[in-house]
Amino acid sequence: MMKKNRILLSGIGLLAILLVLASPGFAQGSDPTDDEVNAIASQLYCPVCENIPLDACGTAACEQWRGIIRDQLAQGWTEDQIKDYFVAQYGDRVLAEPPRRGFNWLVYITPVVVLIGGVVLLWLGFSKWRQAAQERPQAAPTNTAQGSPEAQDEYIRKVEKELKQRSRSSQ
Amino acid sequence: MAAEIGFGALFLTLIFSVYGIVAAAYGQKNKSQVWILSARQAMIMVFPLLSVSIAAMLYLLVTNDFQVVYVADVSSRSMPVYLKLTALWGGQAGSLLFWSWLLAGFGSAVALRKWDRDGDLLPWVAIVNLVTLAFFLVLNIFYENPFVRYWQDASGILISFGQPTGALPIFPSDGAGLNPLLRHPGMIIHPPMQYLGFVGFIIPFSFAIASLITRRTDDRWIQISRGWALWAWLFLSLGLVLGARWAYDVLGWGGYWGWDPVENSSLMPWLTGTAYLHAVLIHEKRSMFKEWSMVLIIVTYLLVIYGTFITRSGLLSSVHSFAQSKIGWVFLGFIALTILITVVLLVFRWSGLRSRNVLEKALSREGLIIISVVLFLGLAVAVFLGVLFPILSDAFIHQKVTVGPPWYERIAAPIMGGLLILMVLAPLSAWSIASFKHLGKLLWKPFLVSLVGIALPLWVGMRRWPALIAFWLVAFVLAVNLFEFVRRTRLRRRDDNESWGQALGRVLKRNQRSYGAMFVHIGVVLMALGVIGIEFFQTETQGTLAEGQSLSLASYTMTYQKLDVFDDISSARNVARAVVSVEKDGRVVGELYPRRDFYYDSGQPVTIPGVRSTFADDFYVVLVDWKEITSEGATFKVYNNPLVKWLWVGAWVFIGGVLIATWPAKKRSAG
Repeated sequence: MMKKNRILLSGIGLLAILLVLASPGFAQGSDPTDDEVNAIASQLYCPVCENIPLDACGTAACEQWRGIIRDQLAQGWTEDQIKDYFVAQYGDRVLAEPPRRGFNWLVYITPVVVLIGGVVLLWLGFSKWRQAAQERPQAAPTNTAQGSPEAQDEYIRKVEKELKQRSRSSQ
Repeated sequence: MAAEIGFGALFLTLIFSVYGIVAAAYGQKNKSQVWILSARQAMIMVFPLLSVSIAAMLYLLVTNDFQVVYVADVSSRSMPVYLKLTALWGGQAGSLLFWSWLLAGFGSAVALRKWDRDGDLLPWVAIVNLVTLAFFLVLNIFYENPFVRYWQDASGILISFGQPTGALPIFPSDGAGLNPLLRHPGMIIHPPMQYLGFVGFIIPFSFAIASLITRRTDDRWIQISRGWALWAWLFLSLGLVLGARWAYDVLGWGGYWGWDPVENSSLMPWLTGTAYLHAVLIHEKRSMFKEWSMVLIIVTYLLVIYGTFITRSGLLSSVHSFAQSKIGWVFLGFIALTILITVVLLVFRWSGLRSRNVLEKALSREGLIIISVVLFLGLAVAVFLGVLFPILSDAFIHQKVTVGPPWYERIAAPIMGGLLILMVLAPLSAWSIASFKHLGKLLWKPFLVSLVGIALPLWVGMRRWPALIAFWLVAFVLAVNLFEFVRRTRLRRRDDNESWGQALGRVLKRNQRSYGAMFVHIGVVLMALGVIGIEFFQTETQGTLAEGQSLSLASYTMTYQKLDVFDDISSARNVARAVVSVEKDGRVVGELYPRRDFYYDSGQPVTIPGVRSTFADDFYVVLVDWKEITSEGATFKVYNNPLVKWLWVGAWVFIGGVLIATWPAKKRSAG
């Protein structure tokens, strides 16, 4: 009898431990820390205080949101699940960036297009300018033997020296 | 009475401006010097007239005349006098008035300078200036009148300037008070600097337009506008830095720049203004890219107006949008009209702007500068898109989205890297010619020195390659600038047998602008250090502590000592102030006092962090929350921001550099 009871009890105990182990709360460990909450909150923006990430926002609404994140973490939700929850509740604006789909691609593609366009234009420009320069070799007056930087320095130095002497003699 | 005087002066300024526009146009058309002189005198008068209006507004603010709606909105009895004065730009109507006043100041200053040499340009300058001023005055008079008052009749409370028949004035007993975020010393100087920067760009723009209209294709407009633009750029830079500092000190989120639409709207004209200043350099030395300078200054002006539109129209909401109203369409109309006129002018005058010189080598100094101009412009375009996209998305697919820091940083980081590389190469490369060989000869010594920038972080155990590259580039720019500086000084010393001190002084004096630029670049890379520190190495943690408990982050440990909650009667606020002792590597280094102030009049809290700042890193403590019964303790958020102090140091070097470049030397170009 005693033995049976013991087995039963230990069976129940084992079951309880298994249940606890299997429950999402335990899987997450103990209570989520503030840092775990903030790590997710910093990627979200509440619709009221725009442009302030949720982790840094001091309003009561944002505090409540952080509370929700904490509860969800405690229930074992993943980061993506939590973010999806807020998107479903409040729309895409809660994310730091527009999700990559449909119309939103515009904001991702345009900078790349502008970049490529800029590079191409510069390239074309430089080659066009170079061509023009080769056709008219004496177009730029500084492009002579005197134009090398060292020579230029030398030249400027001389001029300045003379100017200085002149200003001295005129004093 | 003061309200009547203020509004009267405001209205009179509008009449003077409109008269000035008409007189200048008529005088220009009929070649009548008398009319032009008359227009000039009207332009001289706009500043003193608006000053009367400003004085009246200040008087109303200081004397707590809460019958005036604006005063009741932004001021309160409990505010100290200096805050009442700064409340002038604490709300929509007042800041527009302030803006107009600064614009009028620039206008009157232009009108006072000698006109004989540029008799053909200046009437048009006057017209462009006065049209802009008149636009803002119209906004101030018909849409955002700061002098409207509260009245009451049988039907209820009325708001109007004049007394409605049968209504009596009412005097609210107290005002709502200034937004507490604005009650900070940084906010006293940040907006005026920002506005001066914005408004200042209108002068170079006027000269550009004047030279387009008059077909004057020489360099005169550039000579004149360059000086004005440099000053405007100085103020705008100061405004940006002060704004960043204010955000760091007051907003309590551990950072200084959030790519907020309002921050962006002042960054955009700064970027194009910077591009303009670089393009002008090529224009002067090689008389090329005149059309670029022209387009860039026009775009800068448009972005200034667009920035004001964004911040003032309520189109966007963000931390800065304290003031919103329905003047959006008027603004949009003005911007559209300006674009139309400038585009038409550019199309018809384009051929006259082209220069005969051509750019031959991408590695020549002008080639490198042009690349930097394109990078600045590219960033400006990206920022513009980032600001605009949420509006587009809302308008076209009715989906509100946020374009936040990650998006901007992905674009800004490579562009900044590119600019750093150009800052290494451009100072060494020569005008019009350059080759890898020539550059290599000048580069190898600074390059060797710059390796310290990699070695040092590696030595202290840093292993993140983007940060390593960034540190290396910073060291490279510094090394190049120092070598160049020493090289030139040595050259002069050898030449003229001067002492090092003499040579240094003369070198600085001779090439004021070029050395100013050098300091600006050094400032920029020092700032880059701060940016790298916070972007790559910022760490944070948060915890709820009972008295005596500690929280550790990096090499710091903070211990919560106590919390005082008390009423500060004189400022009408409730203060919760925590005392936190800080240890670094186990050694006590001091106390910090993070607090939260709750302002009764406006009903808003402000979180002010406690910061311990050193050249190595900042320890930044925010009081997030606390329980009234202190046994449960208080919640603190703690940041460790490495190197961020260099951002502020760099900013001052930068400003110093601009001052060196702008400071009028003897007999310099007319400005």
